[in-house]
Amino acid sequence: MADKKTITIAIMDAPYEDARSTTTLRLIDLAAKRGYNINVFAYEGAVLQPFAAQTPHANAVHGRSVEEENHFIPKDAIAALMREAERNGGKIDWVNCGLCVDERGATNAIAGVRRGSPADFWQMAEASDNTLVVATR
Amino acid sequence: MKTLSIVENAYRATLEEQDDTIVWLHGAMKGAGADLALLLRGNAVNYLVQRQEAGGLAFGDWRQTQPPRIASDLAALAAKGVDICYVAEDVTDRGIARNELINSAQPVARGAVAELLGRYDRVWYW
Repeated sequence: MADKKTITIAIMDAPYEDARSTTTLRLIDLAAKRGYNINVFAYEGAVLQPFAAQTPHANAVHGRSVEEENHFIPKDAIAALMREAERNGGKIDWVNCGLCVDERGATNAIAGVRRGSPADFWQMAEASDNTLVVATR
Repeated sequence: MKTLSIVENAYRATLEEQDDTIVWLHGAMKGAGADLALLLRGNAVNYLVQRQEAGGLAFGDWRQTQPPRIASDLAALAAKGVDICYVAEDVTDRGIARNELINSAQPVARGAVAELLGRYDRVWYW
C-alpha cells in the first residue's frame, strides 16, 4: 500500500488508573482499522498494559458472574488490536521499556510485545509519519 | 461508627473498571456491614445523571458488554441504605437540572457542607 501510514504512540499510564489509556487504545483501534503500521512505546506503568497475568473476575457488588461481568482486561484489548491491525494489512509493534519492566516485575507480557529501550522509541518516531505522546499527568 | 465519604475525582478509568472504584468500594463495605454515606462534589455530581450511556466500547473483535452504569450503581447503593447527597451548587454550575438526577440523592448547599461533616464520626475524602 503506497499510502500506508506509520504512527508511533508513547503511552505511560498503568491500567485501571486513568481514561487516557482507554482513549489511547481507541486511537490505536482507529489506526488499525485503517491498516496503519502502529508502533507503541510503553513507558513507566504502561508496561503493565499487556501484562499476561491479568485475570477477569466475578463482581459480587454488581451481582454478576465472571462471564456476565466480562470485565475489561487491557491485555485482551491489546491482543484484539493486534489481530485487527493484521486483518487490515497493518501491524502493531508494541515495545515495553525494559527497565520499567524490571522495576515492576512485569516480564510476562502477551505474545507480540517485545522488550526495548528509549532508543527504540526514538527510532520508531524517526521512521513514522507522526508521533503521539500520551503522557501521564 | 458512621462514615461520610466525599467523592470528587470523577470518571477515572471508569470504562476499564466498568464502574467507579470508590462507589464500588462503598457497595462492598456496605455489604460487609459498614454504616456509610456519600457526598458527591465537583465533577462527581455528574455521576447522578440518569441519562448517561457509556456503551459501545470496542477494540477490534472485542466488545464491552457491561459498560459503567454509575447512576444506577448509586441508586442501588441508596437502596441498600447508603445516604447519597451532593453539593447543590456543583450541579447548578454544570448546567445540570435536578430532574436529570436519580431520585435518591439529596442536595446539600455548599454553605451547609461543614455542618454535614459534623454529623459523622469519620470523614474520608477520595
